[in-house]
Amino acid sequence: MMSELVLSIRDLRVTFDTPLGPLEAVRGVDLDVRAGEMVGVVGESGSGKSVTFLAAMGLLPHQAKVSGSVMINGQEMLGASNKVLRNMRGGLMSMIFQDPLSALNPVHRIGDQIVEMLKAHQPKMSDKDAAKRAVELLDIVGIPQAAERAHQYPHEFSGGMRQRVVIAIAIANNPKVLIADEPTTALDVTVQAQILEVIERVQKSFGTAVVLITHDLGVIARVADRVNVMYAGRNVEKGGVEALFDHPSHPYTRGLLASLPHEGIERLTPITGFPPNMLMPPPGCGFAPRCSHASDACLVSLPPLQTFGDLETACIRAEELVVKAGLS
Amino acid sequence: MNQPLLQVENLVKNFELRANSGIRKTKRIVQAVSDVSFSLDKGQTLGIVGESGSGKTTVGRCILQLLDITSGTISFEGKNLGGLSFEEMRQIRRKMQIVFQDPFASLDPKMTVGSSIAEPLVVQGVAGNHEEKVASLLELVGLAVDHAKRFPHEFSGGQRQRVGIARALALDPALIVLDEPVSALDVSIQAGVVNLFGDLQKRLGMSYVFIAHDLSVVRHIADRVAVMYLGKIVEIGDKKSIYEHPTHPYTKALLSAVPVPNPTTERSRSRIMLEGDVPSPVNPPSGCRFRTRCWKATELCASSEPQLVVRPTGQLSACHFPE
Repeated sequence: MMSELVLSIRDLRVTFDTPLGPLEAVRGVDLDVRAGEMVGVVGESGSGKSVTFLAAMGLLPHQAKVSGSVMINGQEMLGASNKVLRNMRGGLMSMIFQDPLSALNPVHRIGDQIVEMLKAHQPKMSDKDAAKRAVELLDIVGIPQAAERAHQYPHEFSGGMRQRVVIAIAIANNPKVLIADEPTTALDVTVQAQILEVIERVQKSFGTAVVLITHDLGVIARVADRVNVMYAGRNVEKGGVEALFDHPSHPYTRGLLASLPHEGIERLTPITGFPPNMLMPPPGCGFAPRCSHASDACLVSLPPLQTFGDLETACIRAEELVVKAGLS
Repeated sequence: MNQPLLQVENLVKNFELRANSGIRKTKRIVQAVSDVSFSLDKGQTLGIVGESGSGKTTVGRCILQLLDITSGTISFEGKNLGGLSFEEMRQIRRKMQIVFQDPFASLDPKMTVGSSIAEPLVVQGVAGNHEEKVASLLELVGLAVDHAKRFPHEFSGGQRQRVGIARALALDPALIVLDEPVSALDVSIQAGVVNLFGDLQKRLGMSYVFIAHDLSVVRHIADRVAVMYLGKIVEIGDKKSIYEHPTHPYTKALLSAVPVPNPTTERSRSRIMLEGDVPSPVNPPSGCRFRTRCWKATELCASSEPQLVVRPTGQLSACHFPE
């Protein structure tokens, strides 16, 4: 049985007005997240992975034009009132970011910042209960001597500990979805391993769905159940993590995996060229200008996601290419 | 025996921290690099890896004399760089160059790429046709000759990093310090720049000090690897011995913390989870600096500092209880 759908994004489009013209950062993204699963969203800078979720949280400036649908727990969020959005943020869905220091208020104690979050969504909670719950939360995210540490300020914590505090705030009201946008990119690898463990623990023990946005394919391989690969504002491939790493079908996914250094190879295989300028995106497949398999048909229209074995791939030549690769 | 191109012996670099809070001024010292020694042969690449605060960047800057060293010696082509006059140092600087991490900050936005690349030639008073030299440098790093007339904002991150590399190559250096040269680039772009470093070394025979936190890139490019922790080299040796038979617990933990981009192996392998963060370099632990996070630490590790010792697999490591 499939678990309940907690976040459903349909045909999401985000356009920014810039002095140079409209910039289409997100161009029709569909994405489903079910209770308790870990969905990885991977893509390079400018692929639209962060903007997609900032739009879902209603955090983009109002100049941004957002269209499509974002359903959280069955409720439409695009165009919802501020009151609905306020209840959603930190209640149904929370988001954590790359830099934990800028996410915390430097002049308030850690414990008070968690209490603030608790009381924003549960106004009837007593001060005493909220303070107790704050310490519990710090304990859950693995902060030693939580009761004492709750009285300290952000500057008294290390980078890894601050990210734990941010996670504690994010999960304070048992959200259905936790969106983690590059949560370990600013941290050292040994600390990254700790933070990924905390996020996994939250996912497993509270059944919180997690969306992990990252550019690091190793992180995805470690923790994600399903993966969405984004390129030029579109989903180019999605599927289960094993299938996607084992037999990627989209030339971009394959190129991305091939460009990583691994044992026993003399030369790396880069993807030639660079991502398109989103002020003037190509009319066809966004990856076509860099793709060695692109044909004339690829340049005409945007390829839709199509089921292809156990993956969904937005490449009109996927089948042909796999047959070719199999023969050679 | 050939003398190494670069020889660093007992390098120490202290930074003073002035805390002006309170009534009395207090002076505290951070030892960013503490007794570091290594050598680098001609045409070879030494990778320096470590987490933030390990001192790897400071080592790179000390080699180039961009920072005054506190003690120790740095010799380049057999010449001690301490004690050189300004003019002598200027001559030597031609042979040592650096490429920085941030390709956006390291180029002057108001200078054409061509004049940025030619600047070292002008500064060093190199005679000849600079335009031709710039054109050949641009070709060497995989850019087009007519790119010389453009400004940095017209280039992508990967292209700017190539411009930075062209500038470093302008004076035909014997040594280039690469300080996190691909960390700011997307993986698909990073691969091309890493290949370029390899190709240039094969063609021109210079040596690299490759400073990075990404262990998989270092594994790809380095011949020898030094692992640093809180200002000290904890393990140094051939790439193969370091990656295949790490003997220092920190090296082992660091290698085990890097996620492998393959879900099947990544989920089945055993991992060493280190507790806590790197301690503050202002107040490093006594004895072995890694002991506060080490699962093998005993009282001996707190009281006596382990020295670098040769291990059966060939590398040197500083641990009382090596693997």
